[in-house]
Amino acid sequence: MEINPVAIFFASIFTSNMVLSNFLGMCSFISVSKEYKTAQGLGKAVTLVMALTTIINYVVYKYVIVPFSLEYLRFIIFIMIIAGVVQIIEMVLDRYFTDLHIKLGIFLPLITVNCAILGVSLFMVIREYNFLQSFLFGLGSGLGWWLAIEALAAIRERISSSKLPKGLEGPAITFIITGIMALAFIGFSGIFVIQ
Amino acid sequence: MDILYAIAGISAISTLLSAVIVLMEKYINNYGECTIVINDNERIIKIQGGGSLLTSLSQNDIYIPSACGGKATCGLCKVQVLEGGGIMLPTEEPYLDKGDRELNMRLSCQVKVKGDMKIVVPRELFSIRAFKTEVENIEDLTYDIKLFRLKLLEPGAIEFKAGQYIQVESKPYGKIKESAIRAYSMSSIPTEKDHVELIVRLVPGGVCTTFLHEHLKLGDTLNITGPYGEFYIREGADTLVFIAGGSGLAPIKSMILDLILKNTDKKMIFFFGARSKKDLFYYEFFRELEEKHGNFTYYPALSHPDEGDDWVGDRGLITDVVSKYVPDGINKQAYLCGSPGMLKACIEVLKKMGFSDDTIFYDEF
Repeated sequence: MEINPVAIFFASIFTSNMVLSNFLGMCSFISVSKEYKTAQGLGKAVTLVMALTTIINYVVYKYVIVPFSLEYLRFIIFIMIIAGVVQIIEMVLDRYFTDLHIKLGIFLPLITVNCAILGVSLFMVIREYNFLQSFLFGLGSGLGWWLAIEALAAIRERISSSKLPKGLEGPAITFIITGIMALAFIGFSGIFVIQ
Repeated sequence: MDILYAIAGISAISTLLSAVIVLMEKYINNYGECTIVINDNERIIKIQGGGSLLTSLSQNDIYIPSACGGKATCGLCKVQVLEGGGIMLPTEEPYLDKGDRELNMRLSCQVKVKGDMKIVVPRELFSIRAFKTEVENIEDLTYDIKLFRLKLLEPGAIEFKAGQYIQVESKPYGKIKESAIRAYSMSSIPTEKDHVELIVRLVPGGVCTTFLHEHLKLGDTLNITGPYGEFYIREGADTLVFIAGGSGLAPIKSMILDLILKNTDKKMIFFFGARSKKDLFYYEFFRELEEKHGNFTYYPALSHPDEGDDWVGDRGLITDVVSKYVPDGINKQAYLCGSPGMLKACIEVLKKMGFSDDTIFYDEF
């Protein structure tokens, strides 16, 4: 089925948001969302890495994995590529985009093990996207993840001085907020859904 | 056949990735030869850029103290970077206060050498070296304090001032899977350049003291770096008051012996505080020293002597004993080493007696 790439792009930001509807990339989503500024940095880094790794994984999948029928190894191959690409991105940023490296540098190693990144590559394969669809799906998912963590961080900063019942402090309230945010995002699914 | 394909596929992809990373490392991470000017042309080193400032300096035998080994978790490796350090990284923020930031202090483990730099390093650090040593002797001084005598293997000699300390790197043992770095004062004298002696009290649950006390054997090798520290005898004053408790005796012993060897004409008074007789060590040693040298007096004091201790010397807290024998702070310096609590109490008492901040020197554990 050919879905319009633009629809995929918007769907992956809102209706099929990686965190809020697929619950991927939760660990850094919960742990790095205490401060708005840091969350923003991580969001940008995830977007960059997601878009790049999706393209590279697409090429590798189409021209290496499929011809040699190594589909069952795609998990390990994708992970290796993600780890390698993150290393390279870090070096390139450090050399040529120093300002960006100062802002994103510390998050890059963290992203290597972010399951949302691997998730995007795997969804792309399962849903049989073409190149343009994959690229927009990767970019959109990244933006969606960024939107979600930035929104969560803004809420957490806002409630940081509020009094909470003892048992709800820290991660507990964060999970509840995430749940409410997910409910709110379901509202978008009336517009368009991709599966 | 499938298995062969799988192995070949994975190997090919990982080899390719590694090759790309190695190439990138070589061309993108290559910052060429960088010149680091230290202390306004006092020392100039040329190094291959791309590494952290901490490792680049240690490759040139300048050892900045660092307990975590470059993970930005100890905050010890601060260095003043005047030029070429770039902006402060988020990883450094927690360790640099306002004063540090105004001076352009940076964590040297986080600063990458990307070009020519100008930095300021305290001069004492130039003499810091890494040493490989061999355990020559271990001796029980009390039930929980041991003396470790280390023979320097490579390099074979150390230059230090009496009172300074070294850092010991413990090895993994039992359930402890990582090595730890801890500081211990040297009790040996600076003129004995090929040996280092440490006095270590076993701290219950302490990673490094447990290693030294229970896992280190004669003939084992031990890596140390040093010397570090600002605790040494200063010029001026004709009476020196030494106050120590427990293993804090180590640097004081080194200082006193060093002064005696230099035939000092200064008057030296040494107060040693212990709980009971079983915590007292080097008693005969200092008593003998007192007999031989008229300018040295030794006052051991027990705060809680045991029933059978049969103690005729001074009793009570070391602070009371000090104020009993030292009338005032005129023309005197005080050198203190011991627990933070003891130091705090002693400094308070000394200040009441007329000692000022620049005549009291101490090393805190």
